[in-house]
Amino acid sequence: MPDIKIIVLLLYVSLPLSAIAQDSQQQGLEIARAAKAYDRGFADFTANMTMTLKNKSGDTSTRLIRIRTLEVEDDGDKSLSIFDEPADVKGTAMLTYTHGLKPDDQWLYLPALKRVKRISSRNKSGPFMGSTFAFEDLGSQEVEKYTYNYLRDEPCGEWVCHVMERFPAYEHSGYTRQVVWLDSEAYRVVKSEFYDRKKSLLKTLVAGDFQQFLGHYWRPGRMNMENHQTGKSTLLEWSDYQFRTGLSDRDFRSQTLKRVQ
Amino acid sequence: MQRPAFCIGLLLISSNGIADFSGNVAVEAISFSEEAQFEDQFDENLTLSFEPKWDGDWNEGDDLWSVELFMRADSKDSGREHADIRELLWLSIDGDNEWRVGINTMFWGVTESQHLVDVINQIDAVESIDGEDKLGQPMIHLKRYQDWGVLDFLVLPGFRERTFHAKEGRLRPPLEVDTEQVEYESSAGQQHIDYALRFSQTYNDLDLGVSWFDGTNREPLLLPGTDSSGSPVLTPFYEQMTQIGIDAQLLYQDWIWRLEIIHRKTDSNDRDAFIYGFEYTFYGVLDSSADIGAIAEYSYDNRPEGERGVFDRDLFMGARFALNDAQSSEVLAGFLVDTDNQSRTFRVEASRRIGESWKLELELQTFANIDDNDPLAAFANDDYLLVDMAYYF
Repeated sequence: MPDIKIIVLLLYVSLPLSAIAQDSQQQGLEIARAAKAYDRGFADFTANMTMTLKNKSGDTSTRLIRIRTLEVEDDGDKSLSIFDEPADVKGTAMLTYTHGLKPDDQWLYLPALKRVKRISSRNKSGPFMGSTFAFEDLGSQEVEKYTYNYLRDEPCGEWVCHVMERFPAYEHSGYTRQVVWLDSEAYRVVKSEFYDRKKSLLKTLVAGDFQQFLGHYWRPGRMNMENHQTGKSTLLEWSDYQFRTGLSDRDFRSQTLKRVQ
Repeated sequence: MQRPAFCIGLLLISSNGIADFSGNVAVEAISFSEEAQFEDQFDENLTLSFEPKWDGDWNEGDDLWSVELFMRADSKDSGREHADIRELLWLSIDGDNEWRVGINTMFWGVTESQHLVDVINQIDAVESIDGEDKLGQPMIHLKRYQDWGVLDFLVLPGFRERTFHAKEGRLRPPLEVDTEQVEYESSAGQQHIDYALRFSQTYNDLDLGVSWFDGTNREPLLLPGTDSSGSPVLTPFYEQMTQIGIDAQLLYQDWIWRLEIIHRKTDSNDRDAFIYGFEYTFYGVLDSSADIGAIAEYSYDNRPEGERGVFDRDLFMGARFALNDAQSSEVLAGFLVDTDNQSRTFRVEASRRIGESWKLELELQTFANIDDNDPLAAFANDDYLLVDMAYYF
């Protein structure tokens, strides 16, 4: 009997010990893989996004964007953004095939010219619609896009979060480093810090109002990205999430951009 | 084009889809800095345009309809005062087939300074000299998606005549174009049915399109004539043409390479023309969020001198500035130089959103050192500044 107690005790002690012994980079990678695995199988989702841009003096402007995302096995997701407001860009649509390390494929439909334009996706660090979100902040999060370094676990609100650093492995990122807080239960990213090319803190993203769909998949209801260097911020408010709507590759062709509604 | 309101009414009634209404109304002011070359031409003008759109869908989005109208009120130039149905379309999606029946406006091609392969729609030439405003074309269009590419089959019944400025208008030929005296090579005239085919496919970073068109040439010959009162005028003559076109675009790092080639056969000539060039983008210039794109394109046309268009042996060099700010501020500026006779034009287009619903656009165009034999000779004194303020709803 005492032997079993010792074994149990040994197991109890040796688990965290082995974890500590594990390379922190490997551990970061494992967390990223687990987060991706947790989200796998959502198939597709649609949602509405209200984007409120706020400048240093507090002036705001609003964009309404509808998002459609299709999960792609063994590659990044396909995603379609349809702009409803401001009125002068109504009908503009952007299609992105995200990839891991390879540059994304991107097309833009300009309704005034009735023209679908292929655009270079090398502007990863460029602002999305004049907001504090860069294109790279909104793309699908593929494991191979970063290298990782696990830092620590710490409480984050009602949850316990894994805190880790990640370093972009793709070209043309505007960042040298990100620090990410994701909860240890369902890998919800509750906070991220972005460090610019000069390694100083550029932006902080805080996400909240998480909702669960299909009894499994979590999505944030709001995301606020603050740029500490310009004083600008952008609030994304998500609504009308719908999962497994039956979208297919057919809905994500560059030539169908002309007819999205 | 007379009763657009009636057509919309019919569509709204017959459709189960909820109409989504949007569009814009705009005031445009134009001022010419030099004295007019021809008598009766104005120096300043103020016009109003209205562009409403409706669309909706039924059958869970497998059937869609859309209506887009354009109207311009112009008290000085009766040629520019016009209305057009840009779109009055039923679109039906059946798996890998898409049917479009009605009136539609479409764009083919890749280059920036000239559009060679884009021949489906007639140009609404009074709207802009860049050829990017187009008249709605009646069509039956089948788009078919295959693994190896997209095929477009078009039957185009009903020809649209090009729009021309009245005698009072600037940016017009030396004589007024009398659109009452239009003539066609085909005895079917405006009822001639045109056909077009297009294959397009994306191969990784290469986009390729091959197109074929057989029907009435959208570009008329302007022949000397006289009007009812005996004054000299130009009369449009529309020939038949067959055109084969290729357009290609290659993305390589920060470069986009573009090419369009056409072979156009008409009764009066065999025309081979191409345009090729690149756009190179500097992203996030000087640590800002602005992008600058450098554009260069060379155009060639094999037709003998005197029969060529504006883009015969011309080099376009320009730059695109995108501030990527909350107001979506953009500037596109460029020179077009004729490498044979050194005629030069310079053009700037700038736009910026104001508040949530307004958009301000500026356009500056100059013509310098224009050769007397250049097709632009009639525009030599037509440098202008245009300001357009639009309200979007």
